[in-house]
Amino acid sequence: MSKYVKYVVLVGAIAMLVLGITNGEMAAVLRKAVTICMECIGIG
Amino acid sequence: MADLKKHRIIRKLVQTATGVLQNGNLSGFISGKIYQGPLKKFCVPGMNCYSCPGALGACPIGSMQAFLSARRPKAPLYVLGYLSIIGILIGRFICGWLCIFGLVQELLYKIPIKKITVPEKVDKVLRKLKYVFLFVFVILLPLFLRDEFKMSYPYFCKWICPVGMLEGGIPLLALNEAMREAAQFLYAWKFAILIFILLLSVVINRPFCKYICPLGAFYGLFNRFSFLKLKCNAESCTSCGACAKICKMQVDPHKTPNSAECIRCGECVKACPAKSLSMNFKSKSQDVNGSLTQE
Repeated sequence: MSKYVKYVVLVGAIAMLVLGITNGEMAAVLRKAVTICMECIGIG
Repeated sequence: MADLKKHRIIRKLVQTATGVLQNGNLSGFISGKIYQGPLKKFCVPGMNCYSCPGALGACPIGSMQAFLSARRPKAPLYVLGYLSIIGILIGRFICGWLCIFGLVQELLYKIPIKKITVPEKVDKVLRKLKYVFLFVFVILLPLFLRDEFKMSYPYFCKWICPVGMLEGGIPLLALNEAMREAAQFLYAWKFAILIFILLLSVVINRPFCKYICPLGAFYGLFNRFSFLKLKCNAESCTSCGACAKICKMQVDPHKTPNSAECIRCGECVKACPAKSLSMNFKSKSQDVNGSLTQE
């Protein structure tokens, strides 16, 4: 059973990753990550 | 035993190297500025704050919340896909081998002081907390708890995450006077959480990983299905209990080798006197009743 589940999940995960990248989400992650996150450091 | 000692040294070296590589922007620790290069579009696999002056990559939990808390929330497909690929391939292996905050807790646990054994029933309930942090603080609150301008926040990062305080809050405020002046209640709150978890780590092994970490909770969901699996050969297993005794995550590997709590550190494999435990990507294994099964 789990043999098939893992393949299905892997294909789904790769599809999500590809879809996310094509939607420009890497750029959104970059925008967030290059500015200091005030919440993370306890200021904002 | 020599094998186990060697394994522990290798794991510590890998954890340290990962921490150094993920935080390789050394000039940031002098200038008090964070790295702003293109590598930051890639998420790192473990908990590592992107506001750490040394951070070269993005924190997956912070990135996920950024998408969900935006004025127009979006499903974080890139981050979810990335984390799911890691999860389905290796489960919580990242926690055991590639997480710098896991290493910090493990080193603190080495301090020779009387350790606390959390009662089993209490421990069982507390372990569920990390799922609450994942679903409530990382997903639901950033999605639905919004101010009058429809803005939301990365609630886990803001109110809970001790990694952000350790890696970002302390060095950045130490290096920037303006930031020090801006620090108020929230900073004190997060600092108190960090100190509490660090102190707890001296007497309980990896308390953050066991009870709080939303990333560990996420990866743990995959442990049962992942390609990398811990297996027990029931024919050669003598049920001596050596594996359960050595496991600092309180998993009993010969009974539940793929528990969501297992961080795949591999110490039980090395400690097994009958060599009944193995960790690999092979799909064929023997189940606990001794019959050959295909997963």
